[in-house]
Amino acid sequence: MNGGRSTVAESQAQSQAQPQAQAQAEATPPAEAAPPAIETFGLTRRFGSLVAVDNLTLSVRAGSIFGLLGPNGAGKSTTIKMLTTLLPPSEGSARVAGCDVVREAREVRRRIGYVPQLLSADGALTGYENLLIFAKLYGVPRAEREERIWQALELMGLKEAAHMLVRQYSGGMIRRLEIAQAVLHRPSVLFMDEPTVGLDPVARRAVWEHVRELRRRSGVTVLITTHYMEEADELCDEVAIVHLGRVAAVGTPTALKAAVGPEASLDDVFVHYTGSSIETGGSFRDALRTRRTVRRLG
Amino acid sequence: MHCGRDGQCGVWVKTGGGAAVAVLEFVKQVLAVAEAEARKLRHDPMELFTRAVQPTLWLVVFGQVMSRVRAIPTGEMSYLDFMAPGILAQSVIFIAIFYGISLIWERDLGVLHKYLVSPAYRGALVCGKAVSAGLRALTQAFIVYLLSLALGVHLKLTLLAIVGVLFAIFLGAAIFSTFSLVVACLVKTRERFMGIGQVLTMPLFFASNAIYPLSLMPQWLRFISHINPLTYQVDALRALMVEGGRAAVGLGIDFAVQALVLLILLRIAARLYPNAVN
Repeated sequence: MNGGRSTVAESQAQSQAQPQAQAQAEATPPAEAAPPAIETFGLTRRFGSLVAVDNLTLSVRAGSIFGLLGPNGAGKSTTIKMLTTLLPPSEGSARVAGCDVVREAREVRRRIGYVPQLLSADGALTGYENLLIFAKLYGVPRAEREERIWQALELMGLKEAAHMLVRQYSGGMIRRLEIAQAVLHRPSVLFMDEPTVGLDPVARRAVWEHVRELRRRSGVTVLITTHYMEEADELCDEVAIVHLGRVAAVGTPTALKAAVGPEASLDDVFVHYTGSSIETGGSFRDALRTRRTVRRLG
Repeated sequence: MHCGRDGQCGVWVKTGGGAAVAVLEFVKQVLAVAEAEARKLRHDPMELFTRAVQPTLWLVVFGQVMSRVRAIPTGEMSYLDFMAPGILAQSVIFIAIFYGISLIWERDLGVLHKYLVSPAYRGALVCGKAVSAGLRALTQAFIVYLLSLALGVHLKLTLLAIVGVLFAIFLGAAIFSTFSLVVACLVKTRERFMGIGQVLTMPLFFASNAIYPLSLMPQWLRFISHINPLTYQVDALRALMVEGGRAAVGLGIDFAVQALVLLILLRIAARLYPNAVN
């Protein structure tokens, strides 16, 4: 039984390594020369006596897909909130797309896209209208608006559903619409908070495919948070394992697995660095949110 | 390098720009937020009819009965004529005062986060909400006008009068929806918000000149009604909407007070808005 499991893991690791290498080659060629898309320096956030994010120092290479991996309540969402200027840090600083998240918040906002954890496209509007409103809000020039909207719809495979009300969309379609919405203004960094939570495996895979395609075409840097090992393993070039507000380990999924053992899965890596399974942790509120999303989809 | 790399981005990212550019940007953002609301209304006009129930009850039942009783001195006007603007103001305000609930809803879904992560001015997002509430209020005017015509209220049907009425209720809806937004930013949960909304609406209504004139009120109530923005709203509507209607306070003061209140509320809301997500 043990042997069977390891072969699966190995073949997964192999099939993993290749597309990654390809993707890296396709992304912005002079990867070494480019400064990091995201850098944090001792980023810390406290809520009263609770330290949600504790002295986080990270660097995300431009053009990569970077995963913050950890259980609910590990501090991933708080980190994203700080990087997207929604929440000021208690200590430390961060630069996103070359701008400081506190002192140059507006500049940061111009250069990032954001897909929140919950399905938040407006159900009372059509897919097209959702994009139109945000194109206007971001000041996409009138002459380019239509073209960009249809490009984004096409990229996310939503052209046919453009004029349907979003409340008739499936969960996977809503998520892809939100990604389209988040990249209309051609951001250089895209943040996605738990992008596939509540989606079924097929829809999840479709979202991954579209994110890869997006990165390939636009060279955008993607930062996702996730508590799905599989997602981190398949989608991300690099992963930071976050536990109790701290980074326990950073590296490519392949390197992280190799460091723990020849047959290790990312689950093993997680247990190795945090001493606990990813299933533990998570506050009442997080659980409630996740369930609410799932219910909305079901 | 980041902005330089994707060259398209540089076209519309304004680094310097004068005040005029900023104002234009602001207005465009306000309109974008309001457009979302207008499009929603177009997709689902049913909502407008369900909201017609309350003004219908007040005008048809309460209004008809009270005009027979003749207990309330309204000068040369019939009681229905006197009351119709009050009911319009009331139905506008009752909708606006619960507008904040949509903010809490949007916060819970993450919609608000998406707006706040955009480079739009915080003030523009708040103003956009106020304009959205104004749009909804205009539809109430349509319903109340239809009812009033059916009941034989002596409406002023000149273009100037109608434009004046629409402007007034737009202003009123903006005031009370922004007030509602401020409350929503502070209380943060739906349950608490509904509680506060319920507690506020009736006192606002009764401590105003909506269904009886200021002159009829005891001193203490008259004092309260003078710090109630709804009073100025009703006063303006009464002068603009019905034949023989006169502003007890004065049309100029009515609009000045409302504009001032709105500006103050917008400033407060724009300050509180970004914190609503935390």
